[in-house]
Amino acid sequence: MTAINVRGLRKTYGSHRAVDGLDLDVEVGEVFALLGPNGAGKTTTVEILEGHRRRTSGEVTVLGLDPGHADRHWRARIGIVLQSTADAADLTVHEIVRHIGGCYPNPRGVAEVIDLVGLTDKAKAKVRTLSGGQRRRLDVALGIVGRPEIVFLDEPTTGFDPEARRQFWDLIRRLSAEGTTILLTTHYLDEAEALADRLAVIADGAIVAEGTPATLGGRATAEAVVSWSGGHREHAADPVALIMRLVAEGADLAGLTVTRPTLEDTYLALIGEAR
Amino acid sequence: MTTTSLAPAVSTLTIGVRRGGIELLQFMRDKTSLIFTFFFPAMLLLLFGAIFTDSYDLPGLSAAQVFTSSMIAYGVISTSFITMGVGIATDREDGTLKRLRGTPVTATAYFLGKLILVAALTAGEVVVLLAVGVLVFDMPLPSEAGRWVTFAWLFVLSVTSCGLLGIAASALVRNSRTAGAVLNVPVVALQFLSGVFIHPITQLPDWMITFASVFPVKWMAQGFRSVFLPDAATTFEAGGAWEHGRIALVLGAWCVVGLVLCLTTFRWTSRRD
Repeated sequence: MTAINVRGLRKTYGSHRAVDGLDLDVEVGEVFALLGPNGAGKTTTVEILEGHRRRTSGEVTVLGLDPGHADRHWRARIGIVLQSTADAADLTVHEIVRHIGGCYPNPRGVAEVIDLVGLTDKAKAKVRTLSGGQRRRLDVALGIVGRPEIVFLDEPTTGFDPEARRQFWDLIRRLSAEGTTILLTTHYLDEAEALADRLAVIADGAIVAEGTPATLGGRATAEAVVSWSGGHREHAADPVALIMRLVAEGADLAGLTVTRPTLEDTYLALIGEAR
Repeated sequence: MTTTSLAPAVSTLTIGVRRGGIELLQFMRDKTSLIFTFFFPAMLLLLFGAIFTDSYDLPGLSAAQVFTSSMIAYGVISTSFITMGVGIATDREDGTLKRLRGTPVTATAYFLGKLILVAALTAGEVVVLLAVGVLVFDMPLPSEAGRWVTFAWLFVLSVTSCGLLGIAASALVRNSRTAGAVLNVPVVALQFLSGVFIHPITQLPDWMITFASVFPVKWMAQGFRSVFLPDAATTFEAGGAWEHGRIALVLGAWCVVGLVLCLTTFRWTSRRD
């Protein structure tokens, strides 16, 4: 069953094509990451899926409905973590979480959500006093308080310190374990690799590659680099065969390493090709 | 995850009332806007009352009564129209509207919350102005129930029409920093044209009274005078009477115009989408 289904999505602003024939399928329960440079069309795409923007053409369904004509019942089933916000500055964390939660038919407990995002110490603090990272965690709390079936997260960990990012990753894994479908955009390749079941690279408004973190862009079948003592270095499609041969030849294999292209290498190559 | 679809949706009325509560809480914590929208008309009343102490050769009519009535009209416009327009422009800018757009909060629930905010603020404003009138200027409060009935329907029609027009006007405001200034231009101009600061209104040129008669301000000020001034003061009115029927008609018409305008012009976001 697909949670998100997109065919031939286009969004133009005058002559500028922000999204240009994008296809996307996300299964129910999947964690899907959209990667891409600034201006590639990630946010525009996600905002169309969220029902925040109109599309120029193409077919889009999210949870079986067109977000362009969605009602409040559909909105009760989705959760949105916005990219940058400054609202509710004069309310406390507890007040705004309780208020937003109260708009949903079956919300999570206020204290539970605040604890999930690690803001328990700040529950009674005014939102305006939160640091950038704490503010983002509040945005996450407001995105999940309604117990959504699908959560959209647009660059959720920007401004997080490493520890906060790890906590956030745990939270995403926990939501995913509960069966929540997750679509996130990110600049951090380690984040995509750590969290995503599948990911896609978007460049110039279209998907240029799609796969699992291990297989994206032919990463699994790309040649590995085998290096060993004495500064020896060899590319090999089948590194196991190479190593067997080296063992048979009695080569000194102290310092043996086998490396595949990192996700970052693959990503940069994909983005480079698209340019 | 199917449990979510089984629970009934929270009604628009419930969400609207909760929005009203949270709006009030936020407004009360923003001390600057609290002081400006709430106590500015009270300050004006103190100044006008202190400057114009003459009476109008009419038994039972003092300048303080006239200016208290006028300032109530001003206060209602200030807290409903201006607070609404600036509030929505701010909500659009700081992401409040975008946040709510992604939740089951409907536009109607959002407007309902704003109208509750505006009605509560305006009621508080009226209390402050009446307190100044009574305590500082010894203004007598009307004792007949009929006058308070007039006050009640006038208050509801005034807050509703000004509030709805404020929602519509917020579409014209580009950002919240300039919203107050932009929205005050028509308000201040109309107040002079409508004789809020000038009594009797018949001192104004005829064309000005005719022009002002199209807009709600003149009728609101006239209506509030009819609540707090003796009936003999109708000699100072342009029509020589309180004209309650006409007041209700004009304000009712502006409620309809305001509703149509806000339904057709309201935008959740400031950007092109």
